[in-house]
Amino acid sequence: MLKLIGQRLVLGLITLFFASALIFFTTALLPGDFATAMLGQQATAENTAAIRAELGLDRPLVVRYADWLSGAVKGDFGNSLASKRPVMDEIKPRIANTFFLAIYAAIVAVPLSLFLGIMAAIRQGSVFDRGVNVGALLTISVPEFFLGYLLVLYLATPAHWRIFPGLAVVNASTPFFTKLYVTFLPMMTLVLVIVAHMMRMTRASVLQVMASPYIEMAYLKGLPKWRVVVQHALPNALAPIVNVVALNLAYLIVGVVVVEKVFVYPGMGQMLVDAVSKRNIPTVLACGLIFAVVFITLNIIADLLSIMSNPRLRHPR
Amino acid sequence: MAVADTKIPARKAPGIRLFGHRVPLTAQVGFLIIFVNLFLMVFAPVLAPYPEGFVPSGSEMVKWAPASAAHWMGTDSIGRDVMSQLFYGARLSIGLSLITTIIAFVIGIVTGFAAAISGRWVDIVLSRFADLILSMPTLIFCLVIITVVMSREAGFVAATGVSNAFFEGMVIVFVIGFLYAVPVFRLARAVAMNIVALEYVEAARLRGENIWWVIRREILPNSIPPLVAEFGLRFCFTFLLIAALSFLGLGIQPPYQDWGSIVNQNAQAIFLGKPQPLFAAGAIAALTIGVNLVVDWLLSVYSRAHGENA
Repeated sequence: MLKLIGQRLVLGLITLFFASALIFFTTALLPGDFATAMLGQQATAENTAAIRAELGLDRPLVVRYADWLSGAVKGDFGNSLASKRPVMDEIKPRIANTFFLAIYAAIVAVPLSLFLGIMAAIRQGSVFDRGVNVGALLTISVPEFFLGYLLVLYLATPAHWRIFPGLAVVNASTPFFTKLYVTFLPMMTLVLVIVAHMMRMTRASVLQVMASPYIEMAYLKGLPKWRVVVQHALPNALAPIVNVVALNLAYLIVGVVVVEKVFVYPGMGQMLVDAVSKRNIPTVLACGLIFAVVFITLNIIADLLSIMSNPRLRHPR
Repeated sequence: MAVADTKIPARKAPGIRLFGHRVPLTAQVGFLIIFVNLFLMVFAPVLAPYPEGFVPSGSEMVKWAPASAAHWMGTDSIGRDVMSQLFYGARLSIGLSLITTIIAFVIGIVTGFAAAISGRWVDIVLSRFADLILSMPTLIFCLVIITVVMSREAGFVAATGVSNAFFEGMVIVFVIGFLYAVPVFRLARAVAMNIVALEYVEAARLRGENIWWVIRREILPNSIPPLVAEFGLRFCFTFLLIAALSFLGLGIQPPYQDWGSIVNQNAQAIFLGKPQPLFAAGAIAALTIGVNLVVDWLLSVYSRAHGENA
């Protein structure tokens, strides 16, 4: 099993390396370069050469990539084209905000979906089961901003109940509990989006295990249904559940971009969107790389966890 | 055959049938939603109460008007009728998503079949590349590519004379078409791999048929069912991704409007307690749910054993 884990880790590192290359080399996708594009009408030969030298675009692509990557590993992504300040200084507080929101959502969503999934499996075919399933189907198909605005309309405006603030305004000095309160609606939106997948997988894999003979044996022993499900079925159903949880956390990091925009939350997603609309390439590359690294890392973790939660692989004969 | 003649014909289950399969209520609802959307898309100029891009002036101009007989869904920040926006927006939203999905399918199927049929190296190179693209979050990678391509916009527009909005629309269609060709490639490759291994394909190749004939006459017809279901699913993803980009303000640009950009432009209303942005967002949600309901039914039909059609 250690060998298997080692292989996956090496594979993951290779994927990360190629992903960074792919992100960087898209900048060289088109003929002409960024300096000409930036100057537009004023692109005289001298101006272009000056900008190129300033941005280091006169060096070969591979050298620039090596330079960018070695900087990126140390947290240095160059200067933002818009503010001329180091990209990393601007990203740092944003990363903290985005992770705060994502972790907050995960802490609520994971237990909730396990609970709903197990309950639906215990009461298979009941009104509760069908209700939860229909709800899941609806939230899966619906865009994040629809759910977000629905929550805002009903929970944050004078038209209905005004329980939560509609705009998630936070800064570095916001106290922790105020932050939890202010970011409640964005958190709920993310939870609604990811709960459905995790809950359906929990239900499906518990039900699959429930069909095995040893579960029937447990019933025949006279155990109550909840004990059969929680003690006997759940441990064996865990591998696919753990996997889907990690995959959904990876999704969370991406879903955050749209949700941050809905609630005007100062996270990395907002920053990426701003940078894209201003064609601020260094910042876009930095945000893109960070998102990709988190996404790929969580995918690798999903892979590793599903290996580790498989008893046959954990105890090789 | 005498035996077959004496057999009692199977009792057909009551209800609506399509291609010999019973259509359950959920799929009927799905078809209804899709039909209504297509109807709105085609007949927008007839159905919309106000002309496209109509901005009222003087006393008629009411900002953020609530729903009324004159404006069934109210008005937006400059007094435009939200329902008319929605009807016209259907054309861009659905039309662009369809074009994008078709591009993804053409690229995906051609490369997928090529990988399945041609030599080992083509397959390895294409598959590794697909793995790499799939390892990245689509929205993020899409944003990176769009930034790079858009940074060349001024030069391209000057050289070709197309409008900025047209250029931006095309960029989105082709970038998403390319990115979503990857999952289609995976599916097409897997399906074709299974078919290529069958005897009748081997027979055709031994007969000396050329590779295009084999693809067209043997592989394509037999891989239609899974590809149709994938088309529905891929349409949903494309539709949602374009809507998300427009919602972020990075997709369809004014003067054009799709449902995503309508939500974006009406967004401030929600914080005043007005429901205007929910109509377009709800339309996006409804169409996605409709297509998903039909896809669920298609998948359940194809996964059923042959001949069993209740």
